[in-house]
Amino acid sequence: MDLSAINPVQLIAFLMVAATPVLLAAIGELIVEKSGVLNLGVEGMMITGAIAGFAVTVETGSPAVGFVAAAGAGALLSCLFVVLTQFALANQVASGLALTLFGLGLSALLGQSYVGVKPPTTPKVEIAGLSDLPVVGPILFNHDLMVYFGIALVAATWAVLKFTRTGLILRAVGENHDAAHALGYKVVRIRILAILFGGACAGLGGAYISLIRVPQWTEGMTAGVGWIALALVVFASWKPWRALLGAYLFGGVTVVQLNLQAAGVAIPVEYLAMSPYLITIVVLVILSADKSSAPAALGRVFHASR
Amino acid sequence: MSDVLLSLKGLTKAYPGVVANDQVSFDIGVGEVHALLGENGAGKSTLVKMIYGLVKPDSGMMELNGRAFAPAEPRAARADGIAMVFQHFSLFDALNVAENIALGMENPPKMRDLASRIKSVSENYGLPLDPFRTVGDLSAGERQRVEIIRCLLQDPKLLIMDEPTSVLTPQEVEILFQTLRKLKAEGTSILYISHKLEEIRSLCDFATILRLGQNVGACVPRDTSARDMAEMMVGTALKTPERAGRELGPVALSIRGLSVPAPSAFGTALKDVTLTVHKGEILGIGGVAGNGQDELLSVLSGEVLCAPGEVLLHGDAIGQMNPTKRRKLGVLAAPEERLGHAAAPDMSLTENALLTGSVRQGLETRGMIHWSRAKEFAEAVIAGFDVRTPGPGNAARALSGGNLQKFVIGREVLQDPDVLVVNQPTWGVDAAAAAAIRQSLLDLAAKGAAVICISQDLDELMEISDNFAALNEGRLSAPRSTQGLSVDEIGLMMGGAHGMEVAHV
Repeated sequence: MDLSAINPVQLIAFLMVAATPVLLAAIGELIVEKSGVLNLGVEGMMITGAIAGFAVTVETGSPAVGFVAAAGAGALLSCLFVVLTQFALANQVASGLALTLFGLGLSALLGQSYVGVKPPTTPKVEIAGLSDLPVVGPILFNHDLMVYFGIALVAATWAVLKFTRTGLILRAVGENHDAAHALGYKVVRIRILAILFGGACAGLGGAYISLIRVPQWTEGMTAGVGWIALALVVFASWKPWRALLGAYLFGGVTVVQLNLQAAGVAIPVEYLAMSPYLITIVVLVILSADKSSAPAALGRVFHASR
Repeated sequence: MSDVLLSLKGLTKAYPGVVANDQVSFDIGVGEVHALLGENGAGKSTLVKMIYGLVKPDSGMMELNGRAFAPAEPRAARADGIAMVFQHFSLFDALNVAENIALGMENPPKMRDLASRIKSVSENYGLPLDPFRTVGDLSAGERQRVEIIRCLLQDPKLLIMDEPTSVLTPQEVEILFQTLRKLKAEGTSILYISHKLEEIRSLCDFATILRLGQNVGACVPRDTSARDMAEMMVGTALKTPERAGRELGPVALSIRGLSVPAPSAFGTALKDVTLTVHKGEILGIGGVAGNGQDELLSVLSGEVLCAPGEVLLHGDAIGQMNPTKRRKLGVLAAPEERLGHAAAPDMSLTENALLTGSVRQGLETRGMIHWSRAKEFAEAVIAGFDVRTPGPGNAARALSGGNLQKFVIGREVLQDPDVLVVNQPTWGVDAAAAAAIRQSLLDLAAKGAAVICISQDLDELMEISDNFAALNEGRLSAPRSTQGLSVDEIGLMMGGAHGMEVAHV
């Protein structure tokens, strides 16, 4: 066992990379849940985004186009959820589970010819001077654009929810859809937009795994990250900055356990592999004492006649 | 006063199977307080929804200040000076007062400016409010203020109020009325929906009466007796329950110094509750909703257990007995929430009759159900309480609220209880059926049963009960004889005005 091989600076830098997929998916789901919709299909939308982004990047050679395609694919799959829950008024839990199963199957089908292909690498943002700084440079200024995008998205989500009228209306719809309808707000339209946003974010998160974090395509490669994103939203009490914190916790434990595996710690690999999920869920349970912060209309079917 | 603000001409709206409004026409004058009267289901709500742009009329037209008025959505109605305070508050619990008000405005100013405007308007009208408090923490009276202020900030020409006083204590009602009178003096018209006739007589200039969707008459409330208005609403002569002089027997059930913690985060803890009810007595328990009514019923029915000696039946401790054991001893209960608590919505009436009746009616032996006897029992309830349904095989959910309420009450009354506890026995029931339910409770007491009637309808409690007590924040006031009890005294027992202020006119 050789713990000295673990470099803390690299660890923190890699933590941010490991946390980005779950962060993107969680922020999307946070918006969806703030509008009062519970979409359990995050995993399905992520894996669909992962294969769509991967395939388009391989075909076009441009990761940027790939990420846009991944967002589109995630949003497209979420349209299915929109039709089921907002128009057919189906149960949201069942529809979300169906979406996950459908996404996993669809991605496996689409991805058959891409197994073993290596995608073009996504460039890192090099900032002259800053990236070469000791310690701070590798941690903060030596990442790809999506890492920064994820953090910016958290800040933007927080600001929109807190300071803008758009955010206020979104929260109102999630809090009491009947009252929002009575005041003349378009409940269904607002929810559709939120669901599409959530789908796009999940797609981006999936593509980040297949294009940057791993970079390759294997079936079922999201490996439950979508479920952790769902849990994170609850653990974060529907607050964007707490979601960031939770994502870094999950990413951090992931990176640490990988390093411990590499260092040959005398703990069975299975325990190490399960630790990020386990620790995140334990923290979730401890912190979710303030249940009151859940949007009051979460998961409830809205129909204008009542 | 003679200028017409809003004129309705032949408004008709039909839903599948029912005509909610049939050729309704009337005028509302400038600065007039206009009452809209009617039973449940008379079409009052549909009518105001058309004025507010939530529902489009099938035919007919409206004129506002002489010009055609057909709001496509609430936004358009608000832009034309129509504001509405909803019956079930359209507020967002998790948001603060200012955010709630901003959501109801077209072009809200910046939060800080809005907060200062809320402060000034609310103080001007005697409805002080802190703009930054979370609405979920406010009392019912304060929440209604939020709705009213939201309307007032838009300088409405017509303020629609849908059953505004059903959640207020008498003192809070008086404060509301002073605010409304001030608005009227400033030239605002008010369309006031209620079925509380005395309130309408003291507040309104003119009343239109709806029955089954049709305009069946108009009157000047000040010059018309409450009884005449009620008969216009119902369409037949009203039978008031008869109350025979009763002799109170020995103590049937008593609670001594009972304290129970709140069952959930939104429940109310019962604090040091003491009550006694005699054989042949109806004890009325009033109070604004959410002050411990549900919890008191659970303690009496056995859903919540307490120390054995805290609840006594004929002197025997029953505090640790579950509902089935209590039923066997003759303590029955009919809770408020019909769908889900008093009845299982998707089960048939026979099954629902069996659920509470099996012990006392002998509907099962050693776990085997006697379906024919259960069906007979359900049919007896349906016949005895005039429940309108095709038969006992129908699901409870399929019944209208009033009919299911009759079934739920009748099911307990026919089991011949020694002690019957009911919560909101006539909630959502039309006047004729309510009178029948009240009569059955009176008859039950006359036969020697003890009845505890928890209700928010003070008129009902005054009509049937011998003694009255009020719940306020989980505490029960000392019971008083209803003979000679004034509205002011009742209001104080219910907790007074909860610190509300009167308008500084």
